[in-house]
Amino acid sequence: MTIRRVGGKLGSLVLTLVLASALVFFSRFLVPGDPVNFLLRGRKPSPEAKAAVVEQFGLDLPPWEQYFRWIGGMFHGDFGRSLQFRDAVTTVIGDRLPVTAGLVIMSAVIIVVVGVIAGTIAALYRGRFADRAILTVLTAFGAIPPFVGSIVLIAVFAVQLRWFPAFGSGDGFLDTIYHLTLPSIAMAIAFMVLIGKVTRMSMVEQLSREHVHVATSRGLGRLTVIRRHVFRNALGPIFTVGGMLIAGLLVATSIVESAFGIAGVGSLLVQSVNRLDFPVVQAIVLLVVTSFVVTNAIVDLLEPIIDPRAAAGEAGR
Amino acid sequence: MSRPTPTLAIKVLRSSRRRRVNASWMISIIVLAAITLAAIFAPLVAPYDPDHIDFTAIYANPGWAHWLGADALGRDTLSRMIYGARTALLAPLVVVIASTFLGVVLGLVAGWRGGWLDAVIGRLLDVLLAFPALLIAIMAVALFGKGLVAPVIAMSIAYAPFVARLTRSLVASERARPYVAAYRVQGFAGGWIALRRVLPNVAPTVGAQSTLNFGYVLAELAGLSFLGLGVQAPTADWGAMINESQAGIVGGYFLPAIIPAVAVVIVVVAVNVIGEEVSDRIGGGTPT
Repeated sequence: MTIRRVGGKLGSLVLTLVLASALVFFSRFLVPGDPVNFLLRGRKPSPEAKAAVVEQFGLDLPPWEQYFRWIGGMFHGDFGRSLQFRDAVTTVIGDRLPVTAGLVIMSAVIIVVVGVIAGTIAALYRGRFADRAILTVLTAFGAIPPFVGSIVLIAVFAVQLRWFPAFGSGDGFLDTIYHLTLPSIAMAIAFMVLIGKVTRMSMVEQLSREHVHVATSRGLGRLTVIRRHVFRNALGPIFTVGGMLIAGLLVATSIVESAFGIAGVGSLLVQSVNRLDFPVVQAIVLLVVTSFVVTNAIVDLLEPIIDPRAAAGEAGR
Repeated sequence: MSRPTPTLAIKVLRSSRRRRVNASWMISIIVLAAITLAAIFAPLVAPYDPDHIDFTAIYANPGWAHWLGADALGRDTLSRMIYGARTALLAPLVVVIASTFLGVVLGLVAGWRGGWLDAVIGRLLDVLLAFPALLIAIMAVALFGKGLVAPVIAMSIAYAPFVARLTRSLVASERARPYVAAYRVQGFAGGWIALRRVLPNVAPTVGAQSTLNFGYVLAELAGLSFLGLGVQAPTADWGAMINESQAGIVGGYFLPAIIPAVAVVIVVVAVNVIGEEVSDRIGGGTPT
């Protein structure tokens, strides 16, 4: 049963990835005209440069063969060559990946910690002032897109109060964390509401369950009941929503990194669009989509481990 | 032939009599209406030409001459905000209408016909959902160049799956209801029942969902212009204004960037309040 389930999910994952990569690759064919001219827009290519691009993309081959070359290359870590840097796309992206990963992780931690704590408090004080206040604040935060968060944080905490730097990503571990504090908050603000609301909903549902009343009537302390009987059961939905947030976070890096002048993958995407470097754009788009789809597949597969009832429920169906 | 469920208008009216007057709802409607009217009648309302450069007013503070101050080139911020509201509101409106149309068509076909068509459409939607909307928009700019046309088309496609999934699940459950069988027995064609009887029943819930999408689309398109990939610099647009004024922040000139940023948040909040209220009133909430 479980093996069939895992196999099915993996099959679906692979199919989605193949279709998504085809979409990313063949999008180029939507642009009318000679692909060489499209790829070398805004440049004055020498005949050799043109020949090199034809060779690199296999433009003289039929489209599906070009696609397999592209996909095949990726399995060897070869995403082609960047047009703006005289370097391999893999190197260009690889150099900027650690900062972006750090940014995404920091902001994910902020989102989960604040969201879960706020949601838990709201659930415990359901219907009372604290609950309404938390929901209102979270909802208001949810309406603050990352670029707004960025400029407000820069204005207040970097320029006015001078607590944090407004630019760059710093060197060394602690300095990097210091530099990434404002950017990761700017990114986190809009996403906390989802985790907060799901936590609250899930906890409220669990709090009214019989086993919780039983645990309470057995004389267990309130904190123990919440930790062992409410929170553990409420984790599943929180985890699922967390996986779905990854897509938004990954794209938000392009905005936040541009606002804070951080040389990461997100700002590289914007820069590559500006400098008409399509191979890099294609690679980053595929990277984002793949990380999103894979993360969600992992969340999906881990769910029965976190919440055995999910597995039991599925087997019963 | 009477409709099995009351129309959207009746539901909204009925429930408004039951409820107490909701202050945040009223404020949201007034704010949105005011911004929309100002955008439509921009030439009459705006105190200055939005592109008029005045070197005596560089970074002017808010006052009688410039109610919201002026930017790095001495252009009047209020006038630019009013003109900027045009692209800020119109572009998401187009996206919402186009994505709703596209999503409803896909969802209706998938939910009504079922079978392999449902499976194929479902797979297509799954693949599209793997692409965050802003990413598709950025990709579209990379392919077709800067401006709003490519991103608006891209976002319309990116948001269609959300509408399609909702429509599909509503239509699928509606199809099993007795009134559909009754029409079938009377010999009505399947397409007629789907379009004339089922669609009106699912429309309110789908419409409420689409309204909520408006806020996200507006924020994302403004973000795109903020990145310099959407509306281009000299044009008055909220996102582009923030992009242009970002350099001034480091120099301590916050207002030209903060005002459009706050406007984006206000509109998003207002749209969300209205969207949630409407979906509350028509009841049911969103399945799935």
